[in-house]
Amino acid sequence: MTATEETAMTIGLAAEPASAGHHPAPATAARVVAALKRRRRWRPLEAVFWAATLASVLLLPSKHLILNEIAILGLFALSLDLILGFAGVISLGHAAFFGVGAYCAGLVATHGITEPLAGLAAAAALTALLGWATSYLVLRGTDLTRLMVTMGIALILGELANQMAWLTGGADGLQGIMMGPVAGWFEFDLFGTTAYAYSLSVLFVLFLAARRITNSPFGLSLLSIRDNPLRAAAVGVPVNGRLVQVYTLAAAYAGVAGALLAQTTQFVSVDVLEFHRSADVMLILIIGGTGYLYGGLVGAVLFKLLQDMLAGFTPQYWHFWIGIFLIALVLVGRERMVGGVAAAVRRLARRT
Amino acid sequence: MAVALETRNLQREFGALRATDNVSFRLERGARHALIGPNGAGKTTFINLLTGVLTPTAGSIYLDGVDITRTKREQRVHKGLARTFQINQLFAALTPLETIGLAVSERMGGGRDWWRPTGSKREIVDEVVEIAERFHLVDELELKTSTLAYGKQRLLEIAVAFACRPRVLLLDEPAAGVPEGDRHEILAAVASLPRDVSVLLIEHDMDLVFSFAERISVLVNGALFKEGSVDEIAADPEVKAVYLGEGDDD
Amino acid sequence: MLTLLFDGIAYGMLLFILSCGLSVTLGLMNFVNLAHGAFAMAGGYATIVLMSRFDVPFVATLPLAFLFTAALGLVLERTLYRHLYGKSHLDQVLFSIGLVFVAVASVDYLMGSQQQIIKLPAALQGRVEILGVNIGLYRSFIIAICTVLVVVLQLILSKTRFGSRLRAAVDDRRVAQGLGINVNVIFAATFAVGSGLAGLGGALGAEILGLDPVFPLKFMIYFLIVVTVGGTTTLTGPFVASLVLGVADVAGKYYVPAAGAFVIYTLMIVFLLVRPQGLFARAR
Repeated sequence: MTATEETAMTIGLAAEPASAGHHPAPATAARVVAALKRRRRWRPLEAVFWAATLASVLLLPSKHLILNEIAILGLFALSLDLILGFAGVISLGHAAFFGVGAYCAGLVATHGITEPLAGLAAAAALTALLGWATSYLVLRGTDLTRLMVTMGIALILGELANQMAWLTGGADGLQGIMMGPVAGWFEFDLFGTTAYAYSLSVLFVLFLAARRITNSPFGLSLLSIRDNPLRAAAVGVPVNGRLVQVYTLAAAYAGVAGALLAQTTQFVSVDVLEFHRSADVMLILIIGGTGYLYGGLVGAVLFKLLQDMLAGFTPQYWHFWIGIFLIALVLVGRERMVGGVAAAVRRLARRT
Repeated sequence: MAVALETRNLQREFGALRATDNVSFRLERGARHALIGPNGAGKTTFINLLTGVLTPTAGSIYLDGVDITRTKREQRVHKGLARTFQINQLFAALTPLETIGLAVSERMGGGRDWWRPTGSKREIVDEVVEIAERFHLVDELELKTSTLAYGKQRLLEIAVAFACRPRVLLLDEPAAGVPEGDRHEILAAVASLPRDVSVLLIEHDMDLVFSFAERISVLVNGALFKEGSVDEIAADPEVKAVYLGEGDDD
Repeated sequence: MLTLLFDGIAYGMLLFILSCGLSVTLGLMNFVNLAHGAFAMAGGYATIVLMSRFDVPFVATLPLAFLFTAALGLVLERTLYRHLYGKSHLDQVLFSIGLVFVAVASVDYLMGSQQQIIKLPAALQGRVEILGVNIGLYRSFIIAICTVLVVVLQLILSKTRFGSRLRAAVDDRRVAQGLGINVNVIFAATFAVGSGLAGLGGALGAEILGLDPVFPLKFMIYFLIVVTVGGTTTLTGPFVASLVLGVADVAGKYYVPAAGAFVIYTLMIVFLLVRPQGLFARAR
């Protein structure tokens, strides 16, 4: 519920009314500063959203395992939002970073460093490096070549993971991951309570960072690149440099998401690098809407709920419904569909 | 007089077509110079070469005596060469406030700032407001660019280029497509540009050219055909033949 | 060594038949169709069903597979695809991935998830030794059919009125429309034929490439490699790209089996770095 309200909120506040009449300069400057401040101010619905997630830790103890998955998926989708929603880069291989992060955290743990935060840091560093190195491949060319290259990189890494069985466990997966307590204090438990609290905390911290970054001049320059790269260069924005930076950042975010999965499920399989992961995360982000940071989180909630529901009667044909949904989504129009839901929620909210 | 922008034997081919043909052109510092020519004369190609959207096949470009032929687009902007676009190239989803603010903050190196919120540097805000006042965009500052009237969007085009604080400003048909009633606002904005900015105006509209420019160059088939003062060009029978005699297309 | 080359060429020819439709539609409408492999799969399954349920001989199923997928392509083009030409690449990607998911799940539901086995007629089985080269009969059959198709396609494109219109439309859609060419009709026809060829390729290739419900996902990257590497302005580009890809893949799997599909992906990425516009891109 909070999920869809979230969407409604951003749409409702997309355009802010400007006051009419001419002002002397100092008044205008004050008005401008106030307007910019208003834009990044915390809105009540945001508080509701995070309060609800906090409440879920306390009130839904039986759902912590699936909630943990949702938090991880949400972080993964948030990382895609940074490049797709804010910088306009389409990727069909974002699982590359998720998977490498997962293997990295898993391997760090099996090699004796069982402190989860150390694993996260290692995964973030490695995937940032990988993202930085591959960003130069992604910069080149059109949407189509970007699709190909991102997909190709993920496929290569998938092959690697499969072939290097001595390191990754190959098709059997990486087993025997034992995690120590988080920060030396909180032991992981069977019900996923620590896992969920841990994933959620990481998600929240990284979300705050992303929120801050997207509200900075750097974030503004990303939006300009998404809107019109030609003009962005013409006002002096180093387009390629900025894309390299945000791609590296997004890679690290995805790597952390993967690492969380490895640590909280204590298992990594080749599946983390597969194509459907990249496709799913794009779908999750699209469901929730791009470019306002909450899209990935909202999408992850809806995606998992939907999966849970549909798995009841047709578990193996889950992708059939996803496919139907995607086709419908595009044909109806993404804005119209998301906007429609938002409007319905707003109407509902007014009535009650 | 010192030269602000210069090209030497600039050349650009597209397959067999020579879109820019051995152009050696000088823009004096502080100039009000217009570049005219019939459709397809290669005016836009020339601008794209100057700003680095295209790379020349031969020849070189100098900004204040410094060779910028191989300089990246955004670097040319930082060095003081800005342009407007013939067809609006604005950020549809951003507001004029964000657009102008972006240009100002990039000029000050603020785009590298990941952590500081936008609007927290007073000098950027003050400059944005100053530019908005100069180009009559104060009331539109917080509206989405895509919702602005066309004339206001054209003003924003110029304002954004101006926000890069250029020493050389290339105006590519600044009044193109603006309804008659709103033209004066554009013309006034162009006329009031400070004198230390050297301006090269690429234009089709002869009224605007004659009211603004002090010198005129004529480009025909990619090559420089004539150059002279406004009176010389207006009186030149050959120019009339290739260009002015072509018919009243405005 | 030569046997390997021969197998590689057969494989490459097959890839060309499978993906040439994609390259033309991409060039014509700038449409990113990731679901192209679904049509190939449809052709493959059409052959399986015709052979096992209706006892149609293998060779006779091939034209039927072509017709079936061409019809399927036409229907989908008219009902769904045409709404997407104006949309962003992201929308096209989402839509065609959706289509792939639906196709994969539907085939899984209807036919089961196992690999399908095609019983080739005795005349096409076995290998012969010619001048010391060990040649598979079925692969020669594929090469023969594909060669004929390549020649026919090239003739259609270069000699017929339809071909010249198609080339004009690929070259510059707006100019072509200005000349009174109905681009929509051309596109529908091209889409149908391209899908049909993919279907034929799927039927022919079931023996070599394997056929199961995840076929469209498994081979998506191959089609895209052919198209991006080969470019979309000619048929020669994708043809050469297919042959190189086929030979490289067969040779790579033979000489360095441990490297799996690396060879191909790595080659692709290196290539895209060097020539982001494709093999035979026109200078712009």
